[in-house]
Amino acid sequence: MLENYLPILIFLLVGAGLGGVLLLLGFLLGRGGKDAQKLSPYECGFEAFEDSRMKFDVRYYLVAILFIIFDLEIAFLFPWAVALDGLGMFGFLTMAVFLLLLVVGFIYEWKKGALEWD
Amino acid sequence: MNFVSPDLSPAFAEMFVLGMTCLVLVVDVYLKDSQRGITYVLSMLTLLGAAAITATSGVVARELTFSGHFVSDPMGDVLKLVVYATTAVVFMYSRDYLRKNDLFKGEFFMLALFAMLGIMVMISAGSMLSLYLGLELLSLSMYALVAFQRDSAQAAEAAMKYFVLGAIASGCLLYGISLLYGMTGTISLSGVSAIFSSADQFNIPVLFGLSFVVVGVAFKFGAVPFHAWVPDVYQGAPAAVTLFIASAPKIAAFALAIRLLVDGLGDLQGGWQDMLVALSVLSIIIGNLVAIVQTNIKRMLAYSTISHVGFILLGILTGSQEGYAAAMYYAIAYVVMTTGAFGLIIILSRKGYEAEHLDDFKGLNSRSPWLAGMMLMLVFSMAGIPPFVGFYAKLTVLMGLVEVGLTWLAVLALVFSVVGAFYYLRVVKLMYFDEARETGEPEAALDIRVLLSANAALVLLLGLFPDGLMSLCIKVFQ
Repeated sequence: MLENYLPILIFLLVGAGLGGVLLLLGFLLGRGGKDAQKLSPYECGFEAFEDSRMKFDVRYYLVAILFIIFDLEIAFLFPWAVALDGLGMFGFLTMAVFLLLLVVGFIYEWKKGALEWD
Repeated sequence: MNFVSPDLSPAFAEMFVLGMTCLVLVVDVYLKDSQRGITYVLSMLTLLGAAAITATSGVVARELTFSGHFVSDPMGDVLKLVVYATTAVVFMYSRDYLRKNDLFKGEFFMLALFAMLGIMVMISAGSMLSLYLGLELLSLSMYALVAFQRDSAQAAEAAMKYFVLGAIASGCLLYGISLLYGMTGTISLSGVSAIFSSADQFNIPVLFGLSFVVVGVAFKFGAVPFHAWVPDVYQGAPAAVTLFIASAPKIAAFALAIRLLVDGLGDLQGGWQDMLVALSVLSIIIGNLVAIVQTNIKRMLAYSTISHVGFILLGILTGSQEGYAAAMYYAIAYVVMTTGAFGLIIILSRKGYEAEHLDDFKGLNSRSPWLAGMMLMLVFSMAGIPPFVGFYAKLTVLMGLVEVGLTWLAVLALVFSVVGAFYYLRVVKLMYFDEARETGEPEAALDIRVLLSANAALVLLLGLFPDGLMSLCIKVFQ
C-alpha cells in the first residue's frame, strides 16, 4: 500500500534536491555585488511594497497580450503532439496552417514595431 | 481513432478569403504610405476571386462537411454573393473619404475582410460552434473598426459601448447554446433539429435556453429592446465604418436567425414566434417614433434601421417558406438602400467634417440636382413608396403575415410605416424646399458617382422588376 506513495516521495526529493542545487550553484558561481537592487525580493522594476495604485507603462499590456497568443499556441500544441499518431497527415497539415497563420500575425506585429520598447 | 479528412471543396471560398486577407496583411506592412492603393486593389481582387468561386460552385443541394460543422447550400451562396458585392461597394465609397481623413490604412481593409470572413462562416454554419466562431470573428473586427479613428473621443466611446454590450450579448447567446447543448447532447444544428422534432418540446428548460438564444440574435440585429448600441455606434464611428456596419452584418444577422431558429430550432417555432412578435412590434414602433425627433442623420438612419429590422423579423416569425423568402428579400433590399444613403453622406463629407446633420442636406437640389435626385429615390424606397424596392419588400412581408393569419401585425406595421414616412419625407423637403447653407457642388470621383447612380438605379429596377430576385429567394427556401 505504502509503495504507491513512492513516486510522490521521489518527486519531493527531486524537487528539494533541484531547488537546493540551484541555490548552491548561484551561491558558488555568482559574482558577489550585493547592492540594494540585487537584494530586493523581485528584481522586475517595481518596488515590492508600495501603493499598488500607480501608473505604469501601457506597453506592459501589449507585451502581455502578445505573450498570451503564444502561450495559447503552446496549449494547442501539447495535446496535438500527444495525439499526432492518430491524426495522420491531415492533422499535421492543419497544425501547419494554424502555425502559418500565427507567423503571419507575428510578421505583422514585428513590422509594426510592437516588439520594440522605444 | 483514425481521422477522415473532410471534403474541403465546399469551403473553398472561405479558405481563399482567409489566404488573401493574410496576403494583404503581410504585403501591406511592407508598403509605403503612398503605395496604399495596392492594398485597395488586392482587397478588391479578393472579393472578385471569392465571388467567382462562389458563383461557379453550382451548389444545388445541402452539403455538409467538416463533420457537419460547415454547410453549403443555395441560400448560403446567394447571401455570400450579396455580402461580397456589399463589401466591394463599401470599399469603393470609402476610398476617397478615408484618404481625406488620414484613415486610408491597410487595417481598414484587413479588418473589413476579416469581418466578411466571419459573416461567411456564420452563413455557412452547420453547428452552433461554427456559428459562434463566425459571430465572434465578425464582432471583434467590428469593435476594432469602430475605434479605428484613434484621435476621436466619440469613436472610442462608441467602440467601448459596442464592445461591452456586444460581449454581454455574446455571453447570452453562448449561455443559451450551452443550455440547448445540455438538453440535446449535440452541438450540430441538424442534430438539435432531429431531437426536437421527436421529443416533447415545450418544457421550461428548453424555453429558457431558447430565450437566451433569441436575446443574442436580437442584439446582433439591433432589435428593440436590445437596440441601445445602434444609434451611438452609427453616430460615433467614421462614416465609412458606419456604412459597413449598417450593411453587411445585417445579412449576417439574418443568416444567424435562419440557421439557429429555422435550421436548428424550427420545431420550437411556437416558442420563438411570440418572442419575435414582441421584438418586431417594439422595433417598428420605437424605431419609427424616435427617428422623428433626430437631428443627426446618422442617428435617424440608425432608428430607421431598427424599424427595418422589425420588418425582417416579421418575415422570419411567420414560420412559412414565403415568410423566410420575404425576409431575405427585405434584408437584401435594405442593404441596397442603406449603402446608397450612407454613400451619399460620405460624398457630402469633407476633410475633418462629417455631413451628419440633417441641415447638411438643406438645399441639396440647388447644389447638385443629380445627387438630390439619387437621395430622393433612396429615401422614397426606405419609406416604402412605390415603385421602389422598399415598397415591394414591405408588401411581400405583409402578405406573408396575412397568409399565416397575423393580420393585426400587418396592420400595425402598415400604420407605423405611414408614421415613418414623415421623417423620410422631411429629408426630401430639406433637399428641395430649403435654402442651402453652403454653395458649391460636393466633390466626388467619377467612379463613385457612377456607383451611387447604379445604387439608386438598382433601388428602382428591383422595385419595377422584383420577380428575378424574389423567385431566387423563394427557390433557396424550397
